[in-house]
Amino acid sequence: MKHTFLGVAFAAALAVPAFAQDYTIMAPANPGGGWDGTARAMQEVMQAEGIAPSVEVINVPGAGGTVGLAQFVADSAGDPTKLIVGGYVMVGAILTNASPVTLADVTPIARLTGDTQAIVVPAASDIQTLGDLVEKLKADPGAVSWAGGSAGGTDHITVGLLAKAAGVDPTKINYVAFSGGGEAMAAILGNQVTAGVSSVGEFAEQVKAGTMRLLAVSSAERMPGIDAPTIKEAGFDVVVQNWRMIAAAPGLSDEQKAKVAADIEKLNASAGWTSMLETKGWANTYLAGAAFDTQLAADIATTETVLRDIGLVK
Amino acid sequence: MDSFSLLLQGLETALQPMILLYALVGVVLGTAVGVLPGIGPALTVALLLPVTYGLDPAGSLIMFAGIYYGGMYGGSTTSILLNTPGESASIVTAIEGNQMARQGRGGPALATAAIGSFVAGLIATLLLAFLAPQVVKLALSLGPREYFALMVLAFVTVSATFGDSTLRGLTSLFIGLALACVGIDGLTGAARLTFGVPQLMDGIETTTLAVALFAIGEALGVAAMTGPADRLHRVTGRVSMTAQDWKRSWKAWLRGTFIGFPIGSMPAGGADVASFLSYATERKLTKHPEEFGHGAIEGVAGPEAANNAAAAGTLVPLLTLGLPTTATAAIMLAGFQQFGLQPGPLLFITNAELVWGLIASLLIANVMLVVLNLPLIGLWIKLLSIPRPWLYGGILLFATLGTIGVNPSPIELGMLILFGLMGYGMRLYGYPVAPVVVGLILGPMAEQQLRRALSIAQGDWQTLVSTPVSAILLTVSVLLIVVPMVLRLMGRGKVLAAVAGDTD
Repeated sequence: MKHTFLGVAFAAALAVPAFAQDYTIMAPANPGGGWDGTARAMQEVMQAEGIAPSVEVINVPGAGGTVGLAQFVADSAGDPTKLIVGGYVMVGAILTNASPVTLADVTPIARLTGDTQAIVVPAASDIQTLGDLVEKLKADPGAVSWAGGSAGGTDHITVGLLAKAAGVDPTKINYVAFSGGGEAMAAILGNQVTAGVSSVGEFAEQVKAGTMRLLAVSSAERMPGIDAPTIKEAGFDVVVQNWRMIAAAPGLSDEQKAKVAADIEKLNASAGWTSMLETKGWANTYLAGAAFDTQLAADIATTETVLRDIGLVK
Repeated sequence: MDSFSLLLQGLETALQPMILLYALVGVVLGTAVGVLPGIGPALTVALLLPVTYGLDPAGSLIMFAGIYYGGMYGGSTTSILLNTPGESASIVTAIEGNQMARQGRGGPALATAAIGSFVAGLIATLLLAFLAPQVVKLALSLGPREYFALMVLAFVTVSATFGDSTLRGLTSLFIGLALACVGIDGLTGAARLTFGVPQLMDGIETTTLAVALFAIGEALGVAAMTGPADRLHRVTGRVSMTAQDWKRSWKAWLRGTFIGFPIGSMPAGGADVASFLSYATERKLTKHPEEFGHGAIEGVAGPEAANNAAAAGTLVPLLTLGLPTTATAAIMLAGFQQFGLQPGPLLFITNAELVWGLIASLLIANVMLVVLNLPLIGLWIKLLSIPRPWLYGGILLFATLGTIGVNPSPIELGMLILFGLMGYGMRLYGYPVAPVVVGLILGPMAEQQLRRALSIAQGDWQTLVSTPVSAILLTVSVLLIVVPMVLRLMGRGKVLAAVAGDTD
């Protein structure tokens, strides 16, 4: 048993810097996901660039981040050293889970990165364009099965928005939720479903290898290096970004908030962050201050409408 | 021949002294966290990921490989000795393994687990190296309806874990299925049986339930025993395996490997399902049915081989398609990305050197595990000579620490204690605890696959038997239920007893 204990103590000692924490970042998800990755990338760059002498990451997984969010609000109020990573998925999860704690209970600081959504079909499919796919959807919404991540998540919302833009009843869409990107991709590659939705990055290698056909991306402009039209260009007014953000604790003074915002701005401006984003393949979608607040409010409103349309929020 | 020379090249890289040291660190850490109930290989790799930024790709990959295989292996040690599975894939190991330990045969049980893991890891890694592209094609052709059929088969065969009474076993299974309903429904996002508690939204954590039922329940049971502490566990026989043990183990290892590898490589398979199916197979095929439930060595050898082979199988979709199908695989994917690798269908072509380096690392880690663990068996079983109050005090401490470490919330701790009391109650009244955990694992899988299949087919039930694979799996399941009934009706009870053991 001693071995066990030493082993774990060793693992913990390696992973967690000893003390003098300037920031504690909560990743409201299990290790390995996007939010955890964002938190750990911030940890590394903030320490390396000397923005904070010591940064600790803690994971509180559960229910699309709402478990972590509730704990963060309860435990961290008024503490300027506490940060939480969040994102678009959280917006949906707060609504579908009827979470008592919302993003209005924290102090959003900045949007940091974001993924664009992609709509694909298996290479063997006879569907060539987004137009073809929407034709099928209009003819019989149930006959078009969509593979994607969890119900009410960004993938589901994307399909709902597309259906709405195409004039199809969003409650009729046949969205098949898979747990984890791997299972959904396997279903698309194995020709089990009509189409699939996930981030562009998830599908990029498959598209390159010719096992999937990329029909459209959800960004406002065409993406460099990606040979596909935007959903907007294809004629449907849908723009979705699966963004990730950083927020501070509730109940901060203006000075405290400004200090955190300044540190995050320093992070964003650093060379380390730029190269980190490049390694990870994340787009820099930094947006802070009043502009972010406006965008956040707009995203929450759109999401609530589409989740009501799909029938996930009553 | 090309793959072979690439593999040799990979081995050459992996055999450098520094790389071997990384492998050792990985294997030791992996075994350690595997032993600790609640903390799995996924969490460890995630914690160690930042540390490996500074290492070269070969060094960090081999460390991951060591942790991964070590974690799969380490779970068996506590299952066998202390009836406390560290991972969900070691649950069935506890059934026979712990009975062996109680009879003083903890040494052979640990040895067959270690050697079985080694044999399975070796064969499965070689299969991964040479057959991955073919296996993955097969795995991809399976969809929700085939997975549902596989789950049905698993449910039917799982009765092997029921112990002596079918009624009690079914009761336990249904408790597990009921617990499985808790949480957000994956397909509609609706919360079920959460009573407004946010921590219940993601359902009941399998490890929490397993650790509570097995470890806490066991500790409470021991504490409640009156009279002088008995010395049930003490090692009486030899520590190493006898000729008879070898004879009974080797077929089980091979069968476990060939069950584990394909199931691990299926995107919706998993090491736990593989270990259940292997246990059921061994129980059906054994020449010693009377020993099952009372310490049959095949019941340890098969599942332990199966879960290690499944761990290697998981790497098939990861390396050939870039599909992470388990939490650990997802984190290893993140590890690849930090070296600028994009796992995908082209990985074998664009980064052949690294892929073969990883495969070579797995082989090395596998050898290192058996080298590390066989001599340690003597040390591990000394655990059992720790006075019981201390030993179970320690188990309680580690079980709690492990659970809190993964999910730091008072509600999780409350569940651990509640389920622990439930486990004690079940023990007291002779209800087996393994089927509860099995129900919690298989229930949601079966439900989601069924609903996905029906959703894709727009509610047409015929879809479930519309492919050869699903039709065959379902037919086998039906036969497994019907044939014993027919045999019984025909008055051939003796045959039945020989086939089914003592399941009534």
